[in-house]
Amino acid sequence: MPEGGHAASLAAQTGAWRQDSYVDGPIRAMAVATLFWGVVGFLMGVLIASQLAFPLLNLDLEWTTFGRLRPVHTSAVIFAFGGNALIGTSLYVVQRTCRARLFGGEEMGWFLFAGYNFFIVMAALGYVLGVTQGKEYAEPEWYVDLWLTVVWVAYLVAFGGTILRREEPHIYVANWFYLAFIVTIAMLHIGNNLALPLPGHAKSYGLASGVQDAMIQWWYGHNAVGFFLTAGFLGMMYYFIPKQAERPVYSYRLSIIHFWSLIFLYIWAGPHHLHYTALPDWAQTLGMVFSVMLWMPSWGGMINGLMTLSGAWDKLRTDPGLRFSVTAVGFYGMSTFEGPVMSVKAVNSLSHYTDWTIGHVHSGAMGWVGFITFGAMYWLVPRLWGRTELYSNKLAAWHFWVATLGIVLYITAMWVSGIMQGLMWRSYDELGFLQYSFVETVAAMHPYYVIRMLGGVLYLSGALLMVYNLWRTVTARAEEAPLAPPLPAAAAVPAE
Amino acid sequence: MPTKIEKDAVSGTLTTGHEWDGIKELNTPLPKWWLYVFYATIAFAAVWVVLYPALPIQGATGLTGWTARGAIEQEMAEHAERLEPRLAAIRDAAPQEILADPELRNFALAGGRVAFANNCAACHGAGGQGAQGGFPSLADDDWLWGGKLADIRQTIAHGIRNAEDEAARTTMMPRFLADGLLSAAQVNEVAEHVLSLSGRATDAAAARRGAAVFAENCSSCHGNDGRGSRELGAPDLADQIWLYGGDKAAVVQSVSYARAGVMPAWGGRLDPAVVNMLTVYVHSLGGGEPE
Ligand code: HEM
Ligand code: HEM
Repeated sequence: MPEGGHAASLAAQTGAWRQDSYVDGPIRAMAVATLFWGVVGFLMGVLIASQLAFPLLNLDLEWTTFGRLRPVHTSAVIFAFGGNALIGTSLYVVQRTCRARLFGGEEMGWFLFAGYNFFIVMAALGYVLGVTQGKEYAEPEWYVDLWLTVVWVAYLVAFGGTILRREEPHIYVANWFYLAFIVTIAMLHIGNNLALPLPGHAKSYGLASGVQDAMIQWWYGHNAVGFFLTAGFLGMMYYFIPKQAERPVYSYRLSIIHFWSLIFLYIWAGPHHLHYTALPDWAQTLGMVFSVMLWMPSWGGMINGLMTLSGAWDKLRTDPGLRFSVTAVGFYGMSTFEGPVMSVKAVNSLSHYTDWTIGHVHSGAMGWVGFITFGAMYWLVPRLWGRTELYSNKLAAWHFWVATLGIVLYITAMWVSGIMQGLMWRSYDELGFLQYSFVETVAAMHPYYVIRMLGGVLYLSGALLMVYNLWRTVTARAEEAPLAPPLPAAAAVPAE
Repeated sequence: MPTKIEKDAVSGTLTTGHEWDGIKELNTPLPKWWLYVFYATIAFAAVWVVLYPALPIQGATGLTGWTARGAIEQEMAEHAERLEPRLAAIRDAAPQEILADPELRNFALAGGRVAFANNCAACHGAGGQGAQGGFPSLADDDWLWGGKLADIRQTIAHGIRNAEDEAARTTMMPRFLADGLLSAAQVNEVAEHVLSLSGRATDAAAARRGAAVFAENCSSCHGNDGRGSRELGAPDLADQIWLYGGDKAAVVQSVSYARAGVMPAWGGRLDPAVVNMLTVYVHSLGGGEPE
C-alpha cells in the first residue's frame, strides 16, 4: 500500500482523522491559480467586449485581434479559472468526505497542479500565435491535447484512488458529481480530438469531417457545459453550501434521482447547437426533446442547493460567501430554464447566432460558475491557510453587489440586443424585401456592447476586491488564532 | 460504521444516517411538483418524437410530415411567389422603362437599397458616399465611366478590371516610373502640372515643364485640359475629387505605379432583376444623368 494508505490506517488506528495528514499544499496552489486565472480571464473578457464595441482596439496586430483573444478568454475562464477551482476543491472535498489521504500523496497533487497549468499556458500560447484546431472550447492542437490526456488520467487515478481507499462506507454525493465530471471529460476530450498530426508540424487533421465532425464537436461542446460547467460545479455546491449553511443536504433522494437523470440526459442534447443546419432532422428533434427533459434534472440540483438553507436563511446576512453560493444556484436555475427554452426549434430559429446565446452563456458562466467558485473560495481560502476569518466581510459584500450588478448589465444588454438582432434579421418590408442589411444590425448593437463592456468592468473590479481581501486574509498577522483544525463532526465520528 | 438516523429539529425530517466530514443528508421525499413536471417533459418528448422526424432512417418523417428542407422550400416558394411578378417585370424591362413606371420604380428602389447595403456598401459606403483608397462616391455627378442608366448597368453587371468577366472595363494606366516611361524628375514635373489644374501647384516652373510631359504622355486619355474621359474611365484631374487623396505624394504615387482598382462583376452573382434594381437605385443616389 502506498504511503497515503499507511497514513489513513494510522489515522484509523488512532480513531480520529488528523487534519494535517491531508495533502493541502497543491490545493493552496490551485486556489491561488484560480484567483490568478480568474482575473486574467475576466480581463480578457473585458478586452474582447471592448473590441466588439470599439473595433479599433484590435490594434491591427495579428496577435491581438478578437479572433485570437476570444479563445484566450473562453479557455482562461473555463479551463484555467474553472478547472483549477474544480480540481482544487475536488481534491479537498474527496479527502475529507472519504477521510483518506490523496492517492499518490503530495507528489501527485503537485504534478496535477503543475501539469494542468502547463497545459493552460501551452494552449494560450498557441491561440495567440495562431495555432488552433478551430473547434470551439477544443482549440488546442494535438501536442497540447496529448499532454492534457496524461494529466487527466493522473487526475482520475488520484481521485478514484482516494475514493477506493476511503474510510467512509458510502460515497458522498459531491464525489459522484466530481467523478462524473472527470470520467466524462476524459471521454469527450479523447473523442473530439481524434486527429492525425501533420508530420513535423503543430497542425493536425481531424478524423471526422463535415456534419459528422460538427456533431462530434457539439457532442463535446454541449457536454463540456454539462459536465465541466455543470456537474463539476454541482459537486462543489454539494460540499460548500452545507458547510456554509451548517445544515444537512435537503434531500438525499432528490440527489440520487437528479444525478442519474442529469448524467443520462445531458449526453444526448448536443444537437440543439446545430438546429437548422445540415444535421439530419431526426438528430435535431432528439437534441431538442432531450434538452426539454433536462429542465427538471437541472432544477433538482437547484432545489437541493436552495432548500439546504432552510433553517439557515439568516446566515445570508452575515456570510457573504454563502450569499455568493446561493445566488449562484439562482443563476443556475435561471440558465437551465432558459437553455431548454432556447433548445426548442422555434425559439432557436430566433436566438441562434445572436447575442441571446451569449447572454445565456454568461448567466450560466458569470452567475453560476463564477459565483459558486467565489463562494467556495471565501470559505476555503481562510481554512486552507488556517485563518479564523476573512480580512473583511464588508469588502466581500461589496464584491457581491458590484459583481451582481455587472452580471445584470451584461445579460440584460445581451437579451435586448440578441432579440433585437434576431428580429431585425427576419423583418421584411411591405414589398417583401429584407428591412435591414446585416451591417445595419451590427450598428444597432453598439450601445448594448458598451453596456456589456461596463458590466464586465464591474465584474472584474469585484474579482479584484476578492483577491485583495483574500490576500489580506492569508497574510494577516500571525497572532490571530488559527482555525481550530479538527472539525467537530470528523473528530466525533468513530472510524470503524 | 453505524448508521445513525436522527430527526432534524428544523424540518422534522429524518436524516439518512450517514455523515461525511460533518455533512448529513435529510431523507426528504422528492417534491411532488418537481416529479410531475419531470413526467410532463417526458410526456412532451414522447409526443414530439411521434410528430416530428426522430428515426435515423432516410425519408422517415413524423406524423406531421414536417421536414426542415420541406419547410424552407415552402417558405422560399411563398416568398418567391410574392415577389416574382414584379421581379419578372423588372428583369425584362430596360432600366429606363423601370424609371418610367412609378410602381416598378418604387419596387426597384426598395429592392436596390437592400441589395446595395448587402453587396456594395462594404466598399462604396452605406449611402454610396465612397471611401478613400479607390472606392468612388456614387452619390455625386463625378462619374468615371458615365452616369447614365446604361453606363451604370454595364459597370455593375461586368465590373472593372476583374479576371472573371470578359466584358469588364479593362483600360489601364501605365506605370510611368516603374516601367521606365518617365524619369523621376519628369514624374515630379507632371505631378506639379496636375496640381496646377486645380490651382495647387507648389513649383510653378516645374508645373510649366510638366505641361509638356502631360501633353505627350497623359492627354491621350485624360484630355488636353485634364478633364478626363468616360470612354476610357480616365478620371477628371482638374476637379477636387480624388480617389486616392489629392496631395502631391498621392499624385506622384499614381503616376509612378498606377492604381488599377478592381470591382467584381455582379452579373454572374445576382439575379438580372437585382442588377436592374441596383442600377435604378444607384442612379437615384444623386448623380444619375438623363439618357
Ligand atoms: C468580466 C466578465 C466577462 C466578460 C466581459 C466577458 C465577455 C465575453 C465576450 C465579449 C465574449 C464574446 C462574445 C461574442 O463572440 O459575441 C465572451 C464569450 C464567452 N465567454 Fe465571457 N465574459 C466574461 C466572463 C466570463 C466567464 C466568468 C465565463 C465562464 C466561466 C465566460 C465564458 C464565456 C464563453 C463560454 C464564451 C463563448 C460563448 C459562445 O461562443 O457562445 N465569460 N465573453
Ligand atoms: C438544462 C440546461 C441547459 C440547456 C438545455 C441549454 C441549452 C442551450 C442552447 C439551446 C444553447 C444555444 C445553442 C445555439 O443556438 O447555438 C446553449 C448555448 C450555450 N449554453 Fe446552454 N443550456 C443549458 C444550461 C447551460 C449552463 C448551466 C451553462 C453554463 C454554465 C450553459 C452554457 C452554454 C454555452 C457556453 C453555450 C454556447 C455554446 C456556443 O455556441 O459556443 N448552458 N445552451
